[in-house]
Amino acid sequence: MDQVIAFFSFADINTRFVVLGSMLLAVSTAVVGCFSFLRNRSLSGDAVAHAVLPGICLSFMLTGTKNPIYLLIGAFITGWLSLLASDYLKRKTKLKEDTTIAIVLSVFFGIGIVLLTAIQQSGEASQSGLDKFLFGQAASLVGPDLIVFASLAIVLLLATFLFFKEFTLLSFDKGYAVSLGLPVKFLEILLSSLTVLAIVTGIQAVGVVLMAAMLITPAAGARFWTDSLVKMIWIAALLGAVSGFAGAFISYVGPGLPTGPWIVMVLSGLAILSFFFAPKKGVLFLYLNQQKHRRKILTENVLKAFFHAGEVEELHKNAKTEAEIQVIRPMKPEELSYALRLLRRSYLVRKTGTTTWQLTDKGFIQAKRVAKLHRLWELYLATYLNLPPDHIHDNAETIEHIITPQVEQWLEQQLNYPKTDPHGETIPY
Amino acid sequence: MIIHTPKPVLEVHDLTVSYNSKPVLWSVDITIPEGVLAGIIGPNGAGKSTLIKAIMGLLPMASGFVKVFDKPLEEVRQRISYVPQRESVDWDFPASVFDVVLMGRYGKLGLFKKPNAEDRDIAMSSLEKLGMANYATRQISQLSGGQQQRVFLARALAQQADVYFMDEPFAGVDVATETAIIELLKELRAEGKTVLVVHHDLQTVTEYFDWLIMLNMKLVASGPSEKVFTKELLQETYGGRLTILSKIGDLLKNEQFPIRER
Repeated sequence: MDQVIAFFSFADINTRFVVLGSMLLAVSTAVVGCFSFLRNRSLSGDAVAHAVLPGICLSFMLTGTKNPIYLLIGAFITGWLSLLASDYLKRKTKLKEDTTIAIVLSVFFGIGIVLLTAIQQSGEASQSGLDKFLFGQAASLVGPDLIVFASLAIVLLLATFLFFKEFTLLSFDKGYAVSLGLPVKFLEILLSSLTVLAIVTGIQAVGVVLMAAMLITPAAGARFWTDSLVKMIWIAALLGAVSGFAGAFISYVGPGLPTGPWIVMVLSGLAILSFFFAPKKGVLFLYLNQQKHRRKILTENVLKAFFHAGEVEELHKNAKTEAEIQVIRPMKPEELSYALRLLRRSYLVRKTGTTTWQLTDKGFIQAKRVAKLHRLWELYLATYLNLPPDHIHDNAETIEHIITPQVEQWLEQQLNYPKTDPHGETIPY
Repeated sequence: MIIHTPKPVLEVHDLTVSYNSKPVLWSVDITIPEGVLAGIIGPNGAGKSTLIKAIMGLLPMASGFVKVFDKPLEEVRQRISYVPQRESVDWDFPASVFDVVLMGRYGKLGLFKKPNAEDRDIAMSSLEKLGMANYATRQISQLSGGQQQRVFLARALAQQADVYFMDEPFAGVDVATETAIIELLKELRAEGKTVLVVHHDLQTVTEYFDWLIMLNMKLVASGPSEKVFTKELLQETYGGRLTILSKIGDLLKNEQFPIRER
């Protein structure tokens, strides 16, 4: 608990740095990642992330220092080389993109691991910590290092803001962008460079192995919440910020818990939550929507059964037993009692005995409408689609539940308020 | 029969286009006068889309040059509008109808500038011209094929260009959309604009277009519809491939041979 308080008081300057650094990195990669996601370049982001490792190692071997600027330059160069290599392979061979990316990723990463092992075995004292680039260490985001990474993150955000219009068009319709005379080559190189830069800066926090998650997961999660690109980018940035913060917090409270993987864990958690709970597109929403439809179908079918039973006796107001309804429309007893409970709650039926029920006035109007829609639709199918009588009933069983009042009016007018359906049954108005 | 015009809006000279070293269009020479509604017709694989893509600079030319208003393309981009095939983009992209139409203004805006109120007005009236004003805020993934096509045309209109290149605007659209589009094209022509349209349906060719470009890997004919829409030229356009030409194309591809010595 003390640690929680200590964390949120931000008394320790290093805590402030680490939190700020993690959030900035997560936000900037999330924003740039939105365009990788929209251009279907998620995989190539992963390849670049792995391909920066040899660059970091080579820089270290050449300069002998761990100065982040040199390491970043090395990382940037090999990251870009991996993009060019994958592109070249795709153009010059008949290999598909997933194959070229897989080749490039493993070759570059393999070289990186070889170099890293060589550095470690050379026993140079200053090499300790280079392997942090494998899984990242946000806790090392302090002092001058932070300034370098933070400035890069701000450059990324600024560039995305300035070229937002062009990047959007490039991602949506490249050919059209060319036809407008936009400098598409330049924009492509710029966007790729920003992506490589985002990856390179993020490496410090989460490492090469998990970097692709930082780039793509926020965009993928944000896509569930909105259909607007601007909103999507803000939501992705928010997801990035929250997970950057949470990652820093968790690793502060639990010593030995690494920041990077926790950022990715939180991010993945948020993306999964989006997948389940986002309105309109989330799995839960879709499920609830299905349930709503099922309830509508069930209750309307029971209402219709009441109407049919009343039609036989020509006495709609009389109470019916559950057994009578079952004769008209057989269903599981628990389904029927569920439907009756729902109908009663909306004042469409009232209970008159232990198993007897009666339509209310409101219920009768609705029951009549369902029966009418069924028969109107049957007539429509028979008239306009020339379907034989045995083809129309099952279709109408579904369609009767989704016809809106407007369509109902069109049907009535187009069929000119018909009296009977193709089976000779009266259409009630 | 290739009829040339003295003061062309579009001049295509000796244009050859290859995919992977295999020429799909051989040495095409076309001149188009101002203010015509021109149809580009030919069988599948004739190079119709390839022709306009090459003119727009979306495909490299293996030989030849293109001039619009007697200038190289890059100098007159602002006066040219291009409507790609609607299948060429991902309609699940997070954008509204209005967002897409506003893209038509990006070329004139230049880098760093945001669309202003005037750009928005132009985009909105372009949507109105295609009867899509009610759909402005609609997410593009919810559109039907015909509506997608109208959105692309509205985007092209928003460019306020003088020459229009349209790749199969009538493909897979409903009758109402086809009517709306042809009305729009005639309106553009009445305003003195020049429109080139890749087209598939021979039934409507003479009714829609006053100029025809007939292709089958080479230029068969180019000229006023009433002169070139003849049985002989149609026969030549649709009557199958030139076997030797195809064979040479395959050889060039297999050997990865250059089409020009250079």
